[in-house]
Amino acid sequence: MAENKGVMVCGEIIEGKLSSITTELLGGGRGLADALGEELSLVLMGSGVGHLASEAIAFGADKVFVVDDPLLKDYQTDSYVAVMEKVVKQVSPNILLLGQTAMGRDLAPRLAFRLDTAVSMDCVELSIDPESKLMLQTRPVYGGNARAIYACEETRPQMATVRSKAMDPLERDDSRKGEVVSIESGLDPSLIRTKVVEKVKEEVAGIKLEDAEVVVTGGRGMGSAEAFQELEALAKVLGAAVGATRPPCDNGWVPSSLQVGLTGKIVGPTLYIAVAVSGSSQHMAGCSGSKNIIAINKDAEANIFKEARFGVVGDYKKVLPAFTAKVKELLGG
Amino acid sequence: MPNMIVCVKQIADPEAPAGSFRVDEAARKVIPASGVSQVVSPFDEQAVEAALRIKDAQGGKITVLSLGKDFVMDVIRKPMAMGADELILLQDPAFEGADSRSIAYALAMAIKKIGEYDLIFCGRQAADWDAGQVGSGIAEFLGIPSVTVAKKVELVDGNVRVERVVTDGYEVIEVSPPLLITVSNELGEPRYPKLKGIMAAARKEVPTWTAEDIGAEPSKLGAAGARIKLLKLFIPVREAKCEIIEGENPEEAAANLALKLREVKLI
Ligand SMILES: Cc1cc2nc3c(=O)[nH]c(=O)nc-3n(C[C@H](O)[C@H](O)[C@H](O)COP(=O)(O)OP(=O)(O)OC[C@H]3O[C@@H](n4cnc5c(N)ncnc54)[C@H](O)[C@@H]3O)c2cc1C
Repeated sequence: MAENKGVMVCGEIIEGKLSSITTELLGGGRGLADALGEELSLVLMGSGVGHLASEAIAFGADKVFVVDDPLLKDYQTDSYVAVMEKVVKQVSPNILLLGQTAMGRDLAPRLAFRLDTAVSMDCVELSIDPESKLMLQTRPVYGGNARAIYACEETRPQMATVRSKAMDPLERDDSRKGEVVSIESGLDPSLIRTKVVEKVKEEVAGIKLEDAEVVVTGGRGMGSAEAFQELEALAKVLGAAVGATRPPCDNGWVPSSLQVGLTGKIVGPTLYIAVAVSGSSQHMAGCSGSKNIIAINKDAEANIFKEARFGVVGDYKKVLPAFTAKVKELLGG
Repeated sequence: MPNMIVCVKQIADPEAPAGSFRVDEAARKVIPASGVSQVVSPFDEQAVEAALRIKDAQGGKITVLSLGKDFVMDVIRKPMAMGADELILLQDPAFEGADSRSIAYALAMAIKKIGEYDLIFCGRQAADWDAGQVGSGIAEFLGIPSVTVAKKVELVDGNVRVERVVTDGYEVIEVSPPLLITVSNELGEPRYPKLKGIMAAARKEVPTWTAEDIGAEPSKLGAAGARIKLLKLFIPVREAKCEIIEGENPEEAAANLALKLREVKLI
């Protein structure tokens, strides 16, 4: 165990670029590495991804391990677990961070079990205990009703997946220096038992929910798919993305890709307008990072008013059209 | 016809009002709130539903496995009432103080004891600790492939076709069994048990297996097998300072809200 050193980030590449979670992990990982006086590294897996190494260094990595193999083009559990197992055994990091994403959720537990260590999923805070030098892993539990702090005392690496937007990326600095090391994947294609036969995109047009500065979200109280068109109208005036709680997705009023929350998207806009949303802990898990939450709800006791900065108690059917009209007027539309 | 196993967990209703939620910080435990009912963790019900849909189409047998304590029999029998064939409970003080790893190990040992399986289903995460690790862990202990966060599972010519939810849509994945699948809410509503099913389920014998029954090594179970330590459990403080915007009527309140947002330069 004594020989395990360094903080390693497992990178994710989306459409040929480092994903935002990767730069966030590099930012957070940098802090941990500095607190320990250890190195920060990034693992880049994929096909034709080597050119991203310099960007990773600019965002804080001291070292980038590139594993380039056509077999790694798509994320698949078997191939990625095998490659990460190889890299971790070769490099022996003290800490390994992944994103709480479709990939990280799948990869991290299986990798942790294979390495005979443990992972804390969906962490929102990581720090180094000044005395024990252990990584303290804070994660919401019970849908966000409570928080738990964990440590992995005996086994290495100490692993965590991190919720998106929980950490800040560093300012990009292209003058930073770092080392690029390439590692053979050593993949045996026969070990990959799954086959991705199709990828279906269900993205809605317009601004991406996760990146939007303004989000207008509807809840179960909207009552129908048609009612969401009223939200669209407000969103259009504000240049906002439309989100939803889980029930509108489950009911088929909106595509499930609009779901915000613990098991949906994590948003962090400046302005989050929640209409007919009760404010369950599982929903708030996806939007509590918003800088200003505005609630419109007919129930004055709804939990959302405990999280909001401004609110109107009333029936959205009356409030929303008048609100949209006034906003439009104020914005000179 | 496929042999299917579904792992389910009994938990306190995760949608109970947040205000009823309490923890004992010193003991690092959640205090069971009075009046909050026990339920089958929602994603686990969807896992049962996924297995039932395969049974509807192809036939097969569904065995439900649940590790826990203080079982409420009417609750934990629900998957059988929905149409699963058997229920086996895993209960032993040796399972306590576990982390995801030692739970996955115990479940994997029980599955080995069951012996025959083509498909194993779990919920994507239990709605109490929200870790989402046990499914992958079982697959790793059994050395079988896993596909997580599924919204549709079909058996086509002996192959399994899974639609796995990803950020911007879904992927269609093909695998041959045996395989472990974790199921998400996008699968759709689980069916309601029918009266006939409830009555049939109530009559079935439910065996309870202990650590010894499943041949588990004590050093890998419960607290002894855990790799992670809970240092602290607390309820985060929320700053409640919502300013309610008033008006003579809802329309005026709405307009005042817009003016307020303008005033603080949010629009
Ligand atoms: C493990 C787990 C994970 C989950 N993950 C998520 C997740 O990722 N995202 C998510 O959103 N949920 C998630 N949920 C579900 C969550 O617990 C809640 O059920 C859900 O968020 C409730 O959505 P809601 O607020 O729209 O509906 P409700 O709680 O039913 O609230 C509807 C609100 O609308 C108000 N209302 C009704 N009519 C009107 C009207 N005419 N005008 C004004 N107000 C009105 C009501 O007063 C009420 O407050 C999860 C649950 C579990 C157990």
